[in-house]
Amino acid sequence: MPKRLANFNSLFDRMKNTAFYLGLLALLACTIIISLGMGALHIPFFEVVRLLFQPFSKLPLTEDDTLLRNVLMEIRVPRILFCTLIGAVLGITGTAIQGIFRNPLAEPGLIGISAGASFFAALSIVFETSLIALLGTAVSLYLLSFSAFIGAVIAVIVVFTISVVNGKSNIATMILAGIAINALAGAATGLMSYMASEQQLRNITFWSLGSMAGATWDSAKVLAVISISAVIPLLFFGKSLNLFSLGESQAEMMGVSTRRLKIWVVLFSTLAVGVSVAFSGIIAFVGLLVPHTLRLIGTVDNRFLLPASLIAGAIVLNLADLLARTIIQPLELPIGVVTALVGAPVFLAILIREKRKL
Amino acid sequence: MIHIQSLNYAVKSRTIIKDLNLFVDKGEFVSIIGANGAGKSSLLKLIAGEWKPDSGELRMRGESLHSLSMKEMAKFRGYLHQSNSMDIPFTVEEIVAMGRYQHRATGLDEAIVAECMTLCSLDHLRTRSIRELSGGEQQRVHFARVLAQLWDVEGGVLLLDEPISNMDIQYQHQTLAIAKSLCKIGFTVIAVLHDLNLVAQYSDRVLMMKSGRAWWYGIPNEVFKQQHIYTIFGIDSHTQVNPKNLVTQVEVVPLVYDIHEINSFHRQQREEDRVLVDSVIS
Repeated sequence: MPKRLANFNSLFDRMKNTAFYLGLLALLACTIIISLGMGALHIPFFEVVRLLFQPFSKLPLTEDDTLLRNVLMEIRVPRILFCTLIGAVLGITGTAIQGIFRNPLAEPGLIGISAGASFFAALSIVFETSLIALLGTAVSLYLLSFSAFIGAVIAVIVVFTISVVNGKSNIATMILAGIAINALAGAATGLMSYMASEQQLRNITFWSLGSMAGATWDSAKVLAVISISAVIPLLFFGKSLNLFSLGESQAEMMGVSTRRLKIWVVLFSTLAVGVSVAFSGIIAFVGLLVPHTLRLIGTVDNRFLLPASLIAGAIVLNLADLLARTIIQPLELPIGVVTALVGAPVFLAILIREKRKL
Repeated sequence: MIHIQSLNYAVKSRTIIKDLNLFVDKGEFVSIIGANGAGKSSLLKLIAGEWKPDSGELRMRGESLHSLSMKEMAKFRGYLHQSNSMDIPFTVEEIVAMGRYQHRATGLDEAIVAECMTLCSLDHLRTRSIRELSGGEQQRVHFARVLAQLWDVEGGVLLLDEPISNMDIQYQHQTLAIAKSLCKIGFTVIAVLHDLNLVAQYSDRVLMMKSGRAWWYGIPNEVFKQQHIYTIFGIDSHTQVNPKNLVTQVEVVPLVYDIHEINSFHRQQREEDRVLVDSVIS
């Protein structure tokens, strides 16, 4: 192939990717603006824009404007920030974990993150009074989130430690250990549910179905700091993850430090998903749906897929949250139910249309 | 270039490589041949640094393999594995471009990838998914990837484990000819091969292996003797040197089995048929 044609091809591919990113970003912006306006209190599109940019204009606020602005800034913006961050985390970690496991069916839950978080969340709900008495009332606000995070981290540490063979973590052992830990944590959560009172049982069930209702500026700040610092390094593993798909030993032969790659990807994914699950509960299907769909309609190159799944994850979760809080308003559906109910048929439709590419 | 001395490797109590010595000079094409399980691929894995030997010395380009990291080795050593299955459907171009991982982006990468694809006749498959390709085409893609890894390297080492096993005759010759041409610019090639005639045509030296040991090492005309081939593979053959190009040709005496001797079910049926025919005649 002539050099000029090769350069043209590569330029065309880059332009295609840039256009795809821009399209995704535009879609995310639209989703966010629509989400900001919709809910129990409807705010028209131009009103949303006007109220958001009000501090920069010198126009005074009316009484109605103040009410609408309070709804927007104190309820909707933190919630949408939550959805954007958590969706981005679930999307990118889904891609990274699938890359590490060399399996398009893998997701962060496979290494015990969700199950560990669920067990510790249930534990903290059932023993809330004793734990507050032990740790002090200061922790009561974040007890559930903190416990879920610790649970996720402990589960992954156990799975990772078991998977180490001759100083190297073995992917097959990691999957098997993950299945065992998932089963064990699932049984322990079941035991907690059995011991729980009626109200506690409702809390456990509600938490395990996921919800964005607890979004506040304070929790959004914690979530933003941890998730952004864990997600940014993941963006740089695209090239190594591509080589990893050739097989661990082949990647190593080509100069990839596979040991470090596995540790970093698992560590950053655990931190990011752990903190997300801690604040929102279990949100099923996004980590699987987003990378898979992008692979079917775009490319399998992880250098492109990681940033794309970051944006697409945010779009999917914002849309799911929009549905969750508007479909039966003024009541709210658990977001995990919406992601699975809407995500699964959409995913199946794409799968049927594009199955030949698999 | 590659200097192996008293190399030993065992898994649990099973010896894989036993007291093996080998010297490969810069610019040489060395083929490793031997029966299945003789230790050919294991030796290549040890040379590539994938496995660590139990004892012995292994030096490459004057440096001990122990002192080199995988990253350093990947800058001058390309290794094509025997099997290259991929679950994720990357395109041909994406896979060949993976060969450039260890090199700093110089702006030449795209041209190198394009050149390697053209050389391996992959241009028309550029955007095709690897999973849509035949076994031979997939082997060519991975060969092109290893070429892209070493394309702008001086004095590279190319380790090929059965690189042509699924290819048709044209691409078998093409692949080996490309490897051979690299030797002319200072590359060293070590390949595990099975076709003795191709080995004789393209190799400068041949290492014959038996039970993890070096049975014979020398130029093809020296190695391809009837008795050596019988010892290694347990088959009868005729060897002769082609007077036109002085390349040894190996002709294997075909094996013939009597299916009725080895298949008891068919033997019994034949006997029953015979009894039936006899009874009809009588």
